[in-house]
Amino acid sequence: MTSIEKHQSPVHTGTGEGLPERFDDPGLPPHEPRRGDLDPAADKTSERIVLALFGLSTLGTIGFLVAYFALPTGQDAATIQRSNMALGLALACALLGIGAAAIHWAKSIMNNHERVEDRHSVASSPEVREAAVANLVAGAQDSGISRRGLLKSALVGSLALFPLTIVVPLVGEVGENWDVASFKRTLWRKGLRLTTDPSGRPIKAADVTVGSIWHVIPEGLEEAPHPLDEKAKAVVIVMRLDQADLVEAPERRDWSHEGIVAYSKICTHVGCPVALYEKDSHHLLCPCHQSTFDVADGCRVVFGPAKRPLPQLPITVDDEGYLVAQSDFTEPIGPSFWDRLR
Amino acid sequence: MTATPTSRPGTRAPAPMVPPTRAARAAAGTADYLDQRTGIGLAVKGLARKLFPEHWSFMLGEIALYSFITLLLSGVFLTMFFVPSMNEVHYTGPWTALQGTQMSEAYASTLRLSFEVRGGLLMRQIHHWAALIFMAAIITHMMRVFFTGAFRKPREINWVIGFTLMVLGLAAGFSGYSLPDDVLSGNGLRITDGLMRGIPIIGTYASYFLFGGEFPGQDLIPRLFTVHVLLVPGLILALVGLHLAFVFLHKHTQFPGSGRSNTNVVGFPLFPVYVAKAGGFFFVVFGVIALMAGTMQINPVWNYGPYDPSPVSAGSQPDWYMLFLDGALRLMPGQVEWVIGTFTVPLNVLIPGMVVPGVLLGGLALYPFIEAYASGDRREHHVLDRPRNVPFRTAVGVSVLTAFLVLVLAGSNDLVATRFHLSINSITWVLRFALFVAPAIAFVLTKRICLALARRDREIVLHGHESARIVRFASGEYLEVHTPLDEHERWIRVQHDPVRPLEIAPAEDSRGVRRRGYAKDRRRQRLSRLFFEDRVEPVTPAELAAAQSHGAHDELPTSPGPDQLTGAVTGGDSPRTLGLDGATGARER
Amino acid sequence: MALAARRHHRRAPVVVLAMALLLTGSLYAALSASPAGAADRMGTDAVAAGEKLFQANCATCHGMGATGTADAPSLVGVGAAAVDFQVGTGRMPMAASGPQAPAKPVQMDAEQIAQLAAYVASLGDGPAIPSAEQVDPSRGDPATGMAVFRTNCAMCHNAVGAGGALSGGVSAPNLWNTSPTHLYEAMITGPGQMPVFNDINITPQEKRDVIAFIDQQGGTQPGGLDLGSLGPVSEGLWAWVLGLGLLIGAAVWIGARSS
Repeated sequence: MTSIEKHQSPVHTGTGEGLPERFDDPGLPPHEPRRGDLDPAADKTSERIVLALFGLSTLGTIGFLVAYFALPTGQDAATIQRSNMALGLALACALLGIGAAAIHWAKSIMNNHERVEDRHSVASSPEVREAAVANLVAGAQDSGISRRGLLKSALVGSLALFPLTIVVPLVGEVGENWDVASFKRTLWRKGLRLTTDPSGRPIKAADVTVGSIWHVIPEGLEEAPHPLDEKAKAVVIVMRLDQADLVEAPERRDWSHEGIVAYSKICTHVGCPVALYEKDSHHLLCPCHQSTFDVADGCRVVFGPAKRPLPQLPITVDDEGYLVAQSDFTEPIGPSFWDRLR
Repeated sequence: MTATPTSRPGTRAPAPMVPPTRAARAAAGTADYLDQRTGIGLAVKGLARKLFPEHWSFMLGEIALYSFITLLLSGVFLTMFFVPSMNEVHYTGPWTALQGTQMSEAYASTLRLSFEVRGGLLMRQIHHWAALIFMAAIITHMMRVFFTGAFRKPREINWVIGFTLMVLGLAAGFSGYSLPDDVLSGNGLRITDGLMRGIPIIGTYASYFLFGGEFPGQDLIPRLFTVHVLLVPGLILALVGLHLAFVFLHKHTQFPGSGRSNTNVVGFPLFPVYVAKAGGFFFVVFGVIALMAGTMQINPVWNYGPYDPSPVSAGSQPDWYMLFLDGALRLMPGQVEWVIGTFTVPLNVLIPGMVVPGVLLGGLALYPFIEAYASGDRREHHVLDRPRNVPFRTAVGVSVLTAFLVLVLAGSNDLVATRFHLSINSITWVLRFALFVAPAIAFVLTKRICLALARRDREIVLHGHESARIVRFASGEYLEVHTPLDEHERWIRVQHDPVRPLEIAPAEDSRGVRRRGYAKDRRRQRLSRLFFEDRVEPVTPAELAAAQSHGAHDELPTSPGPDQLTGAVTGGDSPRTLGLDGATGARER
Repeated sequence: MALAARRHHRRAPVVVLAMALLLTGSLYAALSASPAGAADRMGTDAVAAGEKLFQANCATCHGMGATGTADAPSLVGVGAAAVDFQVGTGRMPMAASGPQAPAKPVQMDAEQIAQLAAYVASLGDGPAIPSAEQVDPSRGDPATGMAVFRTNCAMCHNAVGAGGALSGGVSAPNLWNTSPTHLYEAMITGPGQMPVFNDINITPQEKRDVIAFIDQQGGTQPGGLDLGSLGPVSEGLWAWVLGLGLLIGAAVWIGARSS
């Protein structure tokens, strides 16, 4: 037992008279020496192990440099993989060697007698607190701010206002032209041809066979000022179903053409492309959160977290038999937002 | 040290020690130079031999710290090559599947870094593996702190700082993996845009603000770059500094054990033990990350393709630490979208995207204050709790973890479906119920287990360990010998002081007048009972004595004495080895 | 003995032998196909053989004449390519009903598959089995293939063809071990829930490009082990299991008392 052992009251059998209410701390357990503390040979072995580990690290560093200069990269997957693995393993060796050496040294060679020191309460002593408060009070009195209420308000007011000089231009400019109405419009308009994504070939209605799905972009997308921004709203999927299977709302009968229907590809949940077409069940599945839409029934939601059906693009054919839009979408595409219906 | 005048005039400087080697002289000279200009001697005196307690679970925070340093080091390398621009270029590098493909400069520079810069792919993979491990270590460290009650006074502020670091880590990870502008992370950004748009009134403006216009715009990648490289790391560095400063100031907590109390620290000194162990651990963390980066591929953006709003891959998930959000989005049923007049409030998006993380994260952040309110405990706590002794807290923690795991599983539901040949629709339905049922079951089970373990501790203290040695008496009676605990083993099991539910002043005073504030006090007492009613009190010396005596039987002549317990089945053991000195043998009743 | 010697003619054995040979020869000639004219007979014989195979293995579900029943669709017009794909990957004959016909060990040999295909092709016009040149990966451009694959295929099959989930227990399979011919046939026939990609939607050249792209997948990856090419979920799993596992192990080692 060390000198910091606490007084230990003996445990009596019998009736419990004279027993403390709770057990006492028995104090630190006795220190158990390590093999290396007792046996110089074991200590020497530990030292050799540490040396070997440092040596391993050095080998790793050398290996890394050799791999860096000797192994090329930039040709094909196999050479890149070889270089990556050689550099990575060598680096790991270099690092792990130092780490293991330092730790083994600490564990087996360094003094491992546990030490004890006192904790003091985190709070300052009452004298310090009093002195601190007294200093603050003196400072406040020196400033002359007491009894000058107007001065206090003016100080607070101007400080509160000045951040506007930074915040207003930051927020104002970061949002560019703030034209949030653009969310409600897409590139589609009357007579614009449907073309394949990404090659841009126009599509003849006769080529769209039952059970097929075509990924579609509007003709002329690449010439738009911000093609990707427009594509993010204008992508469409076209499918052909057997007309017997298709259930259409009366006012939308002329939005399709002989069983060919076109719907927005942007999911009405949070905006991923809805692209998985299950031909036999005519369901469209969105891979992000599994919203499922029934193409044969106006793309209404049959499963998943989406609420609204996919917006339908009214299509028809032009004189040459190519599929064209009749107009833009009649509602904003994509996820819901506050003033979507305005 | 050369002789220098002290601050008080008229005293002589102590005689200088002559350093033996040149290196030691150089070190001494440097120290003197610094001290004369900074007064650093005081800090060195205080810190060099500062004690830190030893336990492996105290190193979980270090894993987070060292993986953060790894992130910084590898990140600097990456910034030398990454181009944060959305300008379109055509690819002309060695990867055949992308030859001639149009892509942003961000994506192209990522490919060049991965394929054409020596060590570039290694640095990218080190960076990404380190990010995953950083978040995993933060969560594990946070769990350790939670389950051992290290967030109690005076460490509540440090808990809030740690929580903020976790949120910043999420921001850093999300902004980081979105930088290469590939299809997978781009769809994640699209989802973020959809989430933001759903916010009432300001949603569309918030979306315009973030993207500098419509999605995807031209500004997003450069902005994310600034966030990821400057703003978030700066904040993290500052808060980590504060976090560590508090650990030094408060001194580290310690697990209960003999010799360890609330008013001392038992451990090893910073210099040399923890300089070596912690320093070495940094190299181990970096080394393990390098090992993984050299052998396991991560985030192969060349397989996903450059971002375009049209394609999407099966199995689209964010990095693991965002999966709980994605899972919540997948589980939410879709019917709950309200239209009020011409205004749309998509609760099917807002609840999983804002409310669920708000509740989970907010609850986490506020927990120390809730528990302090319930316990009314104003003492400083530097000795950790054993989780079994705080059953309610432990059960709450496990049930929150269970909910989190259900959400993570939900986020991977399509991969689970493919791997185990299940229907994705069935998995979704099962998990919808599991989100509520599983945490409830976990809560009940965990609490029961904690109470059972604590009762077992009592049993062991009272009756000792079962030694598996059976003794047969001449009278034909058998009993199992129990070895009593030594005082160190016993101390761990009896040292805790469980919090008891609050007592409040009675509702009415002596004249029958109902006092004000009683309802509030009563609510607080109910909360307190919820937390602390179910508990197991530690064994007291009186109880131990009672257990070891047999009441009136102690005086009976036929009680077996120590000498009668020799000749046991195992043969020839003396009373000393049976541990039966003084007291009668522990008879198991 | 003397009696038997006078009953038969001296040359009787020779005649019996000759008659036996004649009989055997005729039987053989009647029952086996002769090599000459085999090509002609393959045409009509294959269809006939295919019909027999069909009736034995397929008609229970697909109906006599392949016109379909409640259990299985009509095969009139699906073409030889569909049969070559379904039977050649072992999907058909289907072992048990379920949401999907999974690929399993092939039940028929190449000749039988060809016969079945010929029979079904004879029922109505449909896509033909592609030629070797049409599906040769070395003639395809992987970059175009990746662009086409990314837009049309990755959402079901995953960005590199590792496979993915559809609803109701159906999954789009991993493509790394699918032959180029079967890849082409799947695109053009749209098996199961897979849509049909005709030659206007994805041109034959583009189909070959897709085959060239898939041909490159599933091999050595630049970063090391591909962990299934399943994305962030498997990466996260390994980060926890291997990364944090090793590091916690190291922490336990550091904190343990040294002997």
